[in-house]
Amino acid sequence: MATRGFTGKNQGVERDRVPPGQHVVFDFPVLSAGPTPRISPERWSFTLKIGPRPVKTWSWAEFNALPQTKMTRDIHCVTAWSKLNTAWEGVSVDDLLADAGVEAPTPFVLAHSYDGYSTNVPLADLAGGKAMIATRYEGRPLEPDHGGPARLLVPHLYFWKSAKWVNGLQFTERDEPGFWELRGYHIYGDPWREQRYTDD
Amino acid sequence: MIDPRPFPAGGIRWQSAQIVRIVPQTPRIKSFFFSLPSPFVHRAGQHVDLRLTAPDGYSAVRSYSIASAPEDSDQIELAIDRLDDGEVSPFFHDVVEVGDEIELRGPLGGHFVWSVEDGGPLLLLGGGSGLVPLMAMIRHRRKEGADVPTLLLLSARTWDDILYRDELLEIERESEGFKLVITLTREPPRRSGDYGRRIDSTMMADVLRMLPWPPKHVFICGSNTFVNAAADRAVEAGIPAPLVRTERYGA
Repeated sequence: MATRGFTGKNQGVERDRVPPGQHVVFDFPVLSAGPTPRISPERWSFTLKIGPRPVKTWSWAEFNALPQTKMTRDIHCVTAWSKLNTAWEGVSVDDLLADAGVEAPTPFVLAHSYDGYSTNVPLADLAGGKAMIATRYEGRPLEPDHGGPARLLVPHLYFWKSAKWVNGLQFTERDEPGFWELRGYHIYGDPWREQRYTDD
Repeated sequence: MIDPRPFPAGGIRWQSAQIVRIVPQTPRIKSFFFSLPSPFVHRAGQHVDLRLTAPDGYSAVRSYSIASAPEDSDQIELAIDRLDDGEVSPFFHDVVEVGDEIELRGPLGGHFVWSVEDGGPLLLLGGGSGLVPLMAMIRHRRKEGADVPTLLLLSARTWDDILYRDELLEIERESEGFKLVITLTREPPRRSGDYGRRIDSTMMADVLRMLPWPPKHVFICGSNTFVNAAADRAVEAGIPAPLVRTERYGA
């Protein structure tokens, strides 16, 4: 159904790169559920868990000594903005698991953050070079507003899955909904299938 | 005949809502009232998504907070701030007329919500049109005749930019336990007890002293700059971060 009088804007170029309902922005909007936590690198750590059991914890220095990966991707926020060609640097989830010497015990992962936020992402969407723990954006340390010191980056899913201020990954027995998934948002969040809200 | 259902059964469906009333509120903000074929009762603070479709099939989706109280579910009010370089808000301000049909779905969002059963004190910090979801909470509180201690600190550029100004002044006069503090960023204050600057730590400490005891729920909505400043001042003033819920108007 066409909307009377609506023609749209900014839609000329690269429309096939932008999922349905999304529009391209050139700034970098900030969205979050609460205040921005300020975590200094000295206090920062990252823990890998299997269920309740910690497997390995990295300090900021240890984490940054891991192999570094670069990724340039389009990102898509559920609030309907997309940003093209964003350049990230950090540690791939593959390298993280390899450093911990962990064979994935389950196909389900929950990412945890300093502010109590969590989000679930299947291992299949984290491994195989698909995701990283990003510490740098456009060549600079990641700012607190955008999730610094480190955020999860899962660019092929809606961006709430790319948890800000991330401090751990946890393998879970089942696919456990995280913060937004418990509050009306889709369990998986594929922008190309417009999985914005529960049961879309 | 095949039903071209855009979403699987069980999801929140798009419906074709009709614009029944348009009310200019400030030089930049207009209220749009929608009548829905399948009405719903929302929770104060929730939003709807609107979808506009161009003749060539291009579609644009935007989220807008609901301004009306859940008790007024026969019509949904959205207050839309005109962003001059925007794609959707200038369309609403310049093109949309009463009688137009707009695709809408909701209610959406389960975090930035409050109802009188959640109790208080309630501290609401709003910047500009960031008042909208807070207004739904204030209207809900009033409709329910609740006396939950509530304080709204509202930042606007000028006196004439204050959304729902007269209604808020009336609620302050008539509703037990509701306190309104206005801060203007481009004009001196008009009322005693109001401010003429951006939110700072002194102002935050002042308004917290006006509540009978520390807030149980804090909701902050506005631009990213406003929300960051307000949330940082709230946390510095000793409010535990988990009590603070934010909503930022992005692109």
